[in-house]
Amino acid sequence: MPVNIKAKLIKKEQLKQDIYKFSMQAKEIVDIAKPGNFIEIRVTDSIEPLLRRPISIYNMEKDTGILEIIFQVKGKGTKILAERKEGEYIDIIGPLGYGTFQVKNTGTVAIIGGGIGVFPLYELAKQTKAAGAMVNTYLGFRSKDFVVLEEEFKNVSSKLIITTDDGTYAESGFAINKLKEDISVNKPDMIYACGPLPMLKAVQTLSIEQGIPCQISLEEKMGCGLGACLGCAVKTANSPADAPQYWHVCKAGPVFDASDVEI
Amino acid sequence: MLNSIGLQNPGVEFFMENDLPWLKRFDTAIIVNACGSTIDEYVELCKVLNTLDIDGVELNLSCPNVKAGCLAFGTTYEGVKEVTSQVRKVLDKPLIVKLTPNVTDITAPAKGAEDAGADGVSLINTLLGMSIDIYKRRPHLANNTGGLSGPAVKPVAVRMVYQVSKAVKIPILGLGGIITGEDAIEFMLAGAQAISIGTANFIAPDTCLKVIDGIEKYMKKCNIEDINSIVGTVEMN
Repeated sequence: MPVNIKAKLIKKEQLKQDIYKFSMQAKEIVDIAKPGNFIEIRVTDSIEPLLRRPISIYNMEKDTGILEIIFQVKGKGTKILAERKEGEYIDIIGPLGYGTFQVKNTGTVAIIGGGIGVFPLYELAKQTKAAGAMVNTYLGFRSKDFVVLEEEFKNVSSKLIITTDDGTYAESGFAINKLKEDISVNKPDMIYACGPLPMLKAVQTLSIEQGIPCQISLEEKMGCGLGACLGCAVKTANSPADAPQYWHVCKAGPVFDASDVEI
Repeated sequence: MLNSIGLQNPGVEFFMENDLPWLKRFDTAIIVNACGSTIDEYVELCKVLNTLDIDGVELNLSCPNVKAGCLAFGTTYEGVKEVTSQVRKVLDKPLIVKLTPNVTDITAPAKGAEDAGADGVSLINTLLGMSIDIYKRRPHLANNTGGLSGPAVKPVAVRMVYQVSKAVKIPILGLGGIITGEDAIEFMLAGAQAISIGTANFIAPDTCLKVIDGIEKYMKKCNIEDINSIVGTVEMN
């Protein structure tokens, strides 16, 4: 059951110009959360902005109850959130989402992320590697200035490949192409993905073509994140045009089997 | 909150099989909000609802998101009266008609509901609104316009509850931006016998409990024994 708590902001770091990492004391959530879960944050006690903001979980420390999120300042809500100070208490509900990453403990998995979509993949990589599977991680960023968490992902991956779209850092091109190259040599037992829609579509197609089980984490605007407002609808795969069927990202997701959704 | 989510739901059969058994686990009244895009659809739906173990029906005549039907029925005296009286013929259960605020005179549709035999009216539904992304120069909502709810609409709702309370004799279910007990009291003073809460649940799922606490605190502070005694007691300046 998700809980609504006031989590103490222990540490706040600015990773990039508009990207922040919050470490919060949230044992009640960390105790039950799974990789892929997200939380809903009330950024202020006032009614502006009114709605909570959904943010994915980046890292959890089970022994200390520390829950970490990384978020990009996109609008009003995240701007106010970024201005919160260490020592303050943040109103959060979590863990949310019944669709989470299934952690494998054998074989090889491929984890592919793009841009700010890499954040929810860290806890997955960490748990998968600790469970005993080989973790090959592919992270794509727009340009050198956008590359984040290289060291962190290196520590939780058997192999880490970083790409930049413009070639200003590490490998040039898209992360999906590196994954494709590796698949032609050695098929992973599972693919996990989170990132921009074109990347997710490419991963979805690739996994279906190659017959590799694949989970993707979807991002959607949410009114509540609790399964009540129904704003985060996404079509189910092979949904009939005259009677479309929908999942709700906050409830059935945010993590889906790639073959279950139309994106 | 400005939304264009619409009335997505999997239909009454699904509701009967899945949602209703779940709702029955709780010791509370179940009022089903019903919408159609034609009078026939309202009637067919309410025939089914009449057979279910529920406590009442709220007719949604006001959701601005449904392209066909809903808006047209709810905006005039005749429109509301027509659909409500057709439904009244097939529904024995308590019938509440939910009114749209997107009208010049809210008392007209309210009277339509009363004259057609509704047991009560609820108001307000969302106000039609639009918000623009100034960098893209496009509306934020895919549907361009949507329904505005939450604290922003509360003064409009309170005003309309007051106006309707002076125009009809049937009970009023007041809603629109209620977050606290104080908000609820305002609606009651304006003339609402009951209140309901929508948007605030999305921010804090325990809002209803907090509102009840807040109402009790107000009653204690003002030495009120029976909350019904304050309904409609606002005095105009």
